[in-house]
Amino acid sequence: MLGQPTFVLIQVLNSISLGMNLFIIAAGLTLIFGVLRVINFAHGAFYMIGAYACYAALAATGSFWAGVLGAALALAALAFLVERFLLRHLYGREHLMQLLFTFALVLVLGDAAKLVWGTGQYSVSYPAGLDGAAELGPAYFPQYLLFLCVLGPVVAALMWLVLEKTRWGRLVRAATQDREMLAALGVNVPLVYTCVFVAGSVLAGVGGALAAPRTALTPGMDATIIVECFIVVIIGGLGSLWGSFLGALILGFVTVFGAVLAPEAEIVLPYLLMLALLLWRPRGLLGRPGTEERGR
Amino acid sequence: MRGLRGVHLLAVIPALAALVPLSGSRYLIDLSTEVLIYALFALSLNLLIGYAGNVSFGHAAYFAIGGYSCAILVTTCQWPLAAGFLAAVALSGAAALGIGFFCVRLSDIYFAMLTLAFAMLVWSVAFKWRALTGGDDGFVGVRLPALLESRVAFFYFALVVVAVSMALLWVVCHSAFGRTLVAVRENPVRAAFVGVDTRRMRLAAFVIAGTFAGAAGALFALYNRGIYTESAFWTESAQVLIMVLLGGIHSFFGPAAGALVLYLLEVTINQYTQYWPAVLGGILLAIVMFFPEGLAGLAQRSWRRSPPARGGRE
Repeated sequence: MLGQPTFVLIQVLNSISLGMNLFIIAAGLTLIFGVLRVINFAHGAFYMIGAYACYAALAATGSFWAGVLGAALALAALAFLVERFLLRHLYGREHLMQLLFTFALVLVLGDAAKLVWGTGQYSVSYPAGLDGAAELGPAYFPQYLLFLCVLGPVVAALMWLVLEKTRWGRLVRAATQDREMLAALGVNVPLVYTCVFVAGSVLAGVGGALAAPRTALTPGMDATIIVECFIVVIIGGLGSLWGSFLGALILGFVTVFGAVLAPEAEIVLPYLLMLALLLWRPRGLLGRPGTEERGR
Repeated sequence: MRGLRGVHLLAVIPALAALVPLSGSRYLIDLSTEVLIYALFALSLNLLIGYAGNVSFGHAAYFAIGGYSCAILVTTCQWPLAAGFLAAVALSGAAALGIGFFCVRLSDIYFAMLTLAFAMLVWSVAFKWRALTGGDDGFVGVRLPALLESRVAFFYFALVVVAVSMALLWVVCHSAFGRTLVAVRENPVRAAFVGVDTRRMRLAAFVIAGTFAGAAGALFALYNRGIYTESAFWTESAQVLIMVLLGGIHSFFGPAAGALVLYLLEVTINQYTQYWPAVLGGILLAIVMFFPEGLAGLAQRSWRRSPPARGGRE
């Protein structure tokens, strides 16, 4: 199988498109962890709600892009409410409490989604304009997945630009370093926290909307994606943007090529990878040294 | 003898539970059996959380290993029940030793992630190894000896196992070993300074907790005549964690009370609505925001004027 260059090319593109979709979701998780020091279990639920919101907005307007926008707006509103009225009161508490708080959100949001959308399966078709197949020499490849391959690096570059080159980005980076000092300098740190939580959650929602044409929308999609996001950020390093980019690519390749080369071990491979990283290098491939001690 | 406060509960709780079959209600007997199993599962986790201060997010792994190995040994391999049960418990302990060896190298959030990763590995193996575990259909048709066929007999069997395990756990928690664990939790640097091998202490707690979780899992598989992959999934680990927190991590019996309350709530609420997870989430939110000490903390606060005496911190 691997002797055929076309087959390999298709699988490589599959890996990249999956990886880039994962990156957009995991980037939100890692951004939130970097600043708030909270591992958000509800990130997967946010992703699921994004996908459902996209489906609903698409059904109402007929446009996939309106669906993506709807997902972003829905998540922005939800994340704002969660951060402002609940999570904010837990920053001073133990890690365990914050972790459990986000797990409580998983349970509540999962049922809320069931209440609204039922337990059926939904699917979203490829958006108009990207619903064809691109011709790559002797083979064809869905245009939409190619679009994801391109979108991932664009999102990564945009996030990097915002974080490195703007005043807001500087504030966010300062908040990851020393929140007390930042507050002493007169910055409204709670506002920075709110914005980061909203931005990270919007990424989850948009990631869900973008995933909608790729996968079926079912209850339970939140539980699987959150584990995949954990694997990505553990491989790349908690809190590192490029780390999650690299981690997502690696997980994409392991998933796709694992299914091709070792179908019986496919489901085990990502966990083995995560374990290996945690044991060999808990801070991840691109994580800053010392973050495993600062994790508290 | 402050340290022995509560020791009478080790006899009182099983004695009261032993009266349940007198009611003659099969429903009540089944309910009590399940509560006993979850109480043991929660107590085992609290050795790790309340005493050693290590929050495991993958405790379901040992529950599932105990359950699957008991089911496989007793049914597929046709072992006698006692041998299969004990071997399953030993296997869970051995798995906890192998996994814990790596986990205790990290602490805090990385410890939690590592336990979660191992638990998901166990889940994926159970899911994929269809020939041995039945895959996503689960392992069904566990063989029980004729002696335990009746619900009442099985209830007493579970009661004896849980009562003995509870007593053993109590001894562990209140021994010099248990106190040392608390010292390691409170100040690992100072504990290491006075000569405690903190990593080995945490590993020992990990293995003991995994062993008793395995016993609970083996009981669960026998009781249900089967075991399914959900028992290893991370949501199961989270559920037992909620039981422990609801009961209160700073009390020995708290987690058992948490298991009782949570399980009864689940059964009751399931009669009215299918949205039990949302209710569970609401309970968890209330614990996190308002009652971080759990039921035991609430009880101590309302029964005593003096500052709450914390079981784990004696």
